Amino acid sequence: MTAGLWQNWVLPGIWITVQLLVYSAALAAAVAFTVGIARTHSSRFVRFLAGFYTEIFRGTSALILMFWLFFVLPPLLGWQLVPMWAAVLALGLSYGAYGAEIVRGALNSVAPAQREAGVALSFTPWQRMRLILLPQAVPEMMPSFCNLLVELLKGTALVSLLGVGDVSFAAYLVRLATQESAQIYTISLVIYFVLAFGITRSMKALEKKTKRNIGVAVSGGGAK
Amino acid sequence: MNWDWSAVADFMPRFWDGVLITLQILALGSLISFTLGLVWAIGFRAPTRFIRWPVNVVTEFIRTTPLLVQLFFLYFVLPEWGVQFSALTTGTLAIGLHYSTYTAQVYRAGIEAVPAGQWEAAKALSLPAHRTWFAVILPQAFRRITPALGNYVIAMLKDTPLVAAIGVLEMLQQSRLESAATFQYTEPLTVIGIAFILIAYPASLLVRTLERRLVR
Repeated sequence: MTAGLWQNWVLPGIWITVQLLVYSAALAAAVAFTVGIARTHSSRFVRFLAGFYTEIFRGTSALILMFWLFFVLPPLLGWQLVPMWAAVLALGLSYGAYGAEIVRGALNSVAPAQREAGVALSFTPWQRMRLILLPQAVPEMMPSFCNLLVELLKGTALVSLLGVGDVSFAAYLVRLATQESAQIYTISLVIYFVLAFGITRSMKALEKKTKRNIGVAVSGGGAK
Repeated sequence: MNWDWSAVADFMPRFWDGVLITLQILALGSLISFTLGLVWAIGFRAPTRFIRWPVNVVTEFIRTTPLLVQLFFLYFVLPEWGVQFSALTTGTLAIGLHYSTYTAQVYRAGIEAVPAGQWEAAKALSLPAHRTWFAVILPQAFRRITPALGNYVIAMLKDTPLVAAIGVLEMLQQSRLESAATFQYTEPLTVIGIAFILIAYPASLLVRTLERRLVR
């Protein structure tokens, strides 16, 4: 592979993949917390809506959702999404639904006495959530969020099918130009692997930090 | 909104063809991932680290890199190495291989949950290795891992549309062909989107029931 291919396609591809990852992770996190918290709401209707959202978006394939947002929504609504944003929307909405389950699970795993203590102190539900439940639930979520973020990174490869110039798309172009498939596809797999490694490392650090903030001992080496 | 029921009706023959191919990929892909995952999982516990270490690295690499890129890798690189498979076979292999690294982790957890006394008992009875695995450890592990394996089959179902990228005629590719022929994008894509929900949701309810029955 020549330097030109590397500079014109692969490097910008990496940058686009990273951008996609950051935007869709931000959207997914917002969705996950909103829907996850809504699933523990006292109103049955709110719980139903949140549950409905999760089942729909976990039920269908992210790729089909992406195609749907890109090809079906425009004629229905009369406006067209830029491929990049169709992709971010699809990834954020569907991975957010998976994240919501993580948030719900972690909130449910906080000891019931903690919630009762909040009630006894006559905290409002929002104060209980913000001051008692979330700080204890967030460190609990970290390992699952780490896995989900790696899944999201792998999901970003789908956008190449909409013609967004990410790493996978760059690989496709380079293959067309050089006819050397083994080389470019090995390189792009290694790029994804390195990015995933970066994610796991930083999430481990974040887990330690959030645990230390609430005074929980940090377990070493993934042992329970 | 301009929903056209006749476009849905026109899509139906192609749709059913696609469903058949999707289910075929799912069945064979599951079979590959269940068997290969078990091989990896036994590899994780190999007595020498010259086996353990490569198995760990390879599965970690496959697990953290995108299925789509692996799919292209197999599709374009295998022929260069003189191995010629159809797109359908390549797609099924890629999905099976990718998910085997997930099922391997499931098996690993299931095997680790078998009490150490069971290994010791097998050793005390001087059972050979294959008897220890297949008569003592795995039957106990399987009970715990069936629901988790079920979840990965559902995840696999939702990844089958990726093989449309190499032209396999599963549900997504059928809808693309239909759209290309009729210029109707809304109906075919919506139909297959709903079809996925209609298959995946009852399946996940089934897995949850299994989980309640088997694990405990």
